[in-house]
Amino acid sequence: MKASNTLWKEQLTGKMPEHLAREIDSFETDIALRKQGKIDERVFAETRLRRGAYGQRYDNGQRNDGQKIQQLKYPSGDLTKGPNTMWDAPGMQRIKIPAGGVNAAQLETLAELAEEYSDGIAHITTRQDVQLHYIQIDDTPTIMRRLAAVNITSREACGNSVRNITACPYAGVCRDETFDVSPYALAMAKFLMGHPDTQNFGRKFKPAFSGCAQNACGLTSLHDVGFIAAKRTNEQTGAEELGFQMYVGGGLGAVPYYAKLFDSFVPVEEAMPLTQAVGRVFARLGEKKNRSRARLKFLVQDLGIEKFKQLVLEERKVLPYDERWTSLIKDAVKAQETPLRLSGIWPAADSEDFKQWLKSNTRPQKQAGYVTVTVTLPLGDITANQLRALADIARQYTRETVRTTVEQNIVIRWVSLADLPALYAALKAVQLNAPGAGALVDIVTCPGTDTCKLGISSSRGLAGELRDRVLAEKFSQDEAVQKLHIKISGCFNSCGQHHISDLGFYGVSRKVGGFAVPHFQVVLGGEWENNAGTYGVPVAAVPSKNIPQVITRLTEKYVAERQTDETFKDFVKRLGKVQLKAMLEDLTKPPANDRSFFSDWGDPRTYGLGDMGTGECAGEVITPVDFGLAAAERELFDAQVSFEKGDPTLAGNQAYHSMLLGAQALVKSEKLGVSDDPAEIIAEFRARFYDTQRFWDPFAGGKFANYLFDAHTNLGKPFTEESSRLLMDEAQLFIDAAHSCSTKLGSLVTV
Amino acid sequence: MIELQHISVKLLLKEQEGIDLAALVPVFHGWIQNQVFDELLIDVADYRHVPDGPGVMVIGNEADYSVDNTDGRLGVRYHRKSVLNSSNQDRLRQAVKSAFTACLRLEEDPALTSKLRFNGRDIEIVINDRLLVPNNSETRQAIEPEIRVLGDRLFGAGNYELSWDTEPRRMSGAKLKASKVLSAGELLKKV
Ligand code: HEM
Ligand code: SF4
Repeated sequence: MKASNTLWKEQLTGKMPEHLAREIDSFETDIALRKQGKIDERVFAETRLRRGAYGQRYDNGQRNDGQKIQQLKYPSGDLTKGPNTMWDAPGMQRIKIPAGGVNAAQLETLAELAEEYSDGIAHITTRQDVQLHYIQIDDTPTIMRRLAAVNITSREACGNSVRNITACPYAGVCRDETFDVSPYALAMAKFLMGHPDTQNFGRKFKPAFSGCAQNACGLTSLHDVGFIAAKRTNEQTGAEELGFQMYVGGGLGAVPYYAKLFDSFVPVEEAMPLTQAVGRVFARLGEKKNRSRARLKFLVQDLGIEKFKQLVLEERKVLPYDERWTSLIKDAVKAQETPLRLSGIWPAADSEDFKQWLKSNTRPQKQAGYVTVTVTLPLGDITANQLRALADIARQYTRETVRTTVEQNIVIRWVSLADLPALYAALKAVQLNAPGAGALVDIVTCPGTDTCKLGISSSRGLAGELRDRVLAEKFSQDEAVQKLHIKISGCFNSCGQHHISDLGFYGVSRKVGGFAVPHFQVVLGGEWENNAGTYGVPVAAVPSKNIPQVITRLTEKYVAERQTDETFKDFVKRLGKVQLKAMLEDLTKPPANDRSFFSDWGDPRTYGLGDMGTGECAGEVITPVDFGLAAAERELFDAQVSFEKGDPTLAGNQAYHSMLLGAQALVKSEKLGVSDDPAEIIAEFRARFYDTQRFWDPFAGGKFANYLFDAHTNLGKPFTEESSRLLMDEAQLFIDAAHSCSTKLGSLVTV
Repeated sequence: MIELQHISVKLLLKEQEGIDLAALVPVFHGWIQNQVFDELLIDVADYRHVPDGPGVMVIGNEADYSVDNTDGRLGVRYHRKSVLNSSNQDRLRQAVKSAFTACLRLEEDPALTSKLRFNGRDIEIVINDRLLVPNNSETRQAIEPEIRVLGDRLFGAGNYELSWDTEPRRMSGAKLKASKVLSAGELLKKV
């Protein structure tokens, strides 16, 4: 804990917005009360989460150090900041950046905080936020005060609340947009923050804004509420009206849902009241107990979009009028950005580096003579010195018009073409001039096993390795390949947005020869464009160390066999899952006697040591469970093939059956003679693995087992294309969980 | 009197190029396995992908250890996080001692093929708290005597140059440059 914490409070009194100052004082009181044991640990956990103070890996006081489970004896002893979460353990602080907008003073403050309280790095997230890692909870009130002094809050950055409101980083300067959504996004952020109608959600709620339907920037299809700018002509007056296509109920997570169209045109001033009404319906009817079905997407799915819409409109009718619905917009619209410097013309590129960077990292604005510059950040990381340099650049060349992006980069808007050579030189001086924005090298990744408690495989380790290989030109230099997107999540929760990239990966573990091996599920053909128009399909689980080869193989085949103008997504679709899987088949097993496969990228510790025994990897130990799980995988594979052939009904039934086979495999580990009767399998599975919680995921709880139980209950109901796709995704997760369960049971699985 | 807390000490390495920081990752995991220092060591953070960044770190509860490349200067760094209740001199010595101890350990680690070595002359001291020690000429004047006591002790009075980082947005930091080369082992004995 910092010696200066109490001094900061005095120093900043009167320099923070009143409401934020009060909030932080009350949080500090909660900290004191928790230390005195007067607040329950669960209550305190939600309290800190709603202020963006998240737990981090190893905060339960244990760590597999590669040889043994080590007890980490934090000096705070038994004091906890949440269930099983030790007080002094390092945590993460998420900082909300509405629409990604940051000014120079804010960049400087982030730099200071990264140096003084974290490890020197600020990390840009996949939702335009900033995260600091290895933070001590006792320092968080000071961090929050220093942020509040530059008008930033971490309030509702985590927890069951309205999360950061994201928007295209090019809003207002984009040549494709219908109109600038920035003021509406910022007004919405102000309106919803701490709003009484958003305080009783069962789960998080994520809004997003996009200026157009065709580009990716807003990613509205994967958000709880999404607004796409739209215009129409008033039939009576002939005047042009601004509004939004409004979407609801999208979301990634284990099983991704596309948002559904709520209304093809809502006037801009209706966006806030309608979102408020959605919030009320969600608070009233959304699931509260079962966290795995608590996102809005499930409510929309269960009610159907028509019924949901009807409820929201009824709620809208009875909302008491709030003048902020219009006043916040008026204020925000007034604060329009303008350039600092006179416009210019394209400079001559005097070096190959500069030329390449101009091509990949600048985007002409709709305002002639200006571009938006992208500063590519490796793995979303930036140092304090770089942040300060960026603040200087923002002041010198623009009116501090900087935004973070969901690709974990930073953009500088309103750069005059005439200033490009000088600005490039200034970026180069702090090594922020890497080309390749939005390209293969610009890999997006969640925190994964580095710091996330839920991480299964090392997403950042893999990202670092792949980046090195792209830079060393180990992959195809074909232009179309160099434009592909790679996105990686450390587990099924999909914080790295792997569903919406050409080459997506999420961490899973598999048992090989009785030992745990880090793997990634390869998810292919997702689409980043069209506001994340298509989600990718899982093709095969491959050991982490073979993932680079997966990329080599897939991209080489694409280059060799693509048809004229065929995108990678279309190529993946044309090949189909059967061929793709066959292509990768030999990579799905680690080579015999290669011990490197038993540890993850960038992490030399033996993976999942608890299961490793003596660590010998010779000889395959095949149990009936392994055979059974392989059968389950095959059945699911067939389901996907049926789906691709246009038979969602067969696909749905096969997906259900694949889960049944997975459950049967586990039951067989203890009761060899279990029959093929679904009712018996389910009863046995429930009694042995669900009720005993042995199948439970440490964080998702019994969620994956419920997929099977629900599918069994719904048997005989007709499948739609969507319900069948969802069930297949659920089945994949169920089977992944069965693998984990079998790994966890380890030596217990004896027959 | 100005209180010096959260002191960070960086010992610049002789070889600034061609060091494979990847080799540090298993070494640092080993430090955690064996809890080799007084501080509770928790995790390894790998920032090799960040140019002129924090390098590879061992995150601890009371302090972090790292081979750091901030400002493009590679060095072994000790970074005190928790408060020490003692005199400024004691706190400076504690941080310098910890940095040299870590440096020696790295110099002697067979896995690092002895490439990682203190250059014998350059020590950078940063006070990681902008409020206790703002980076202005007043504080620099006030704390210079404290830093000199330490410098004299290590190198002998008159045998080194002391310079300050004067960019006000950066943390207060002094650079000591000795006129003759001393090994990490020799300096450790003098702390
Ligand atoms: C049950 C637990 C979790 C679920 C279901 C979950 C799910 C998600 C999803 C679906 C996204 C984002 C995609 C999007 O909406 O754009 C996301 C964002 C993110 N998640 Fe998680 N997540 C969980 C826990 C965690 C944890 C424990 C961490 C690590 C400390 C984490 C780190 C992140 C990050 C860094 C982002 C981008 C964040 C932002 O700024 O909002 N997540 N999460
Ligand atoms: S995807 Fe999984 S590992 Fe990655 S941050 Fe989210 S919860 Fe953690």
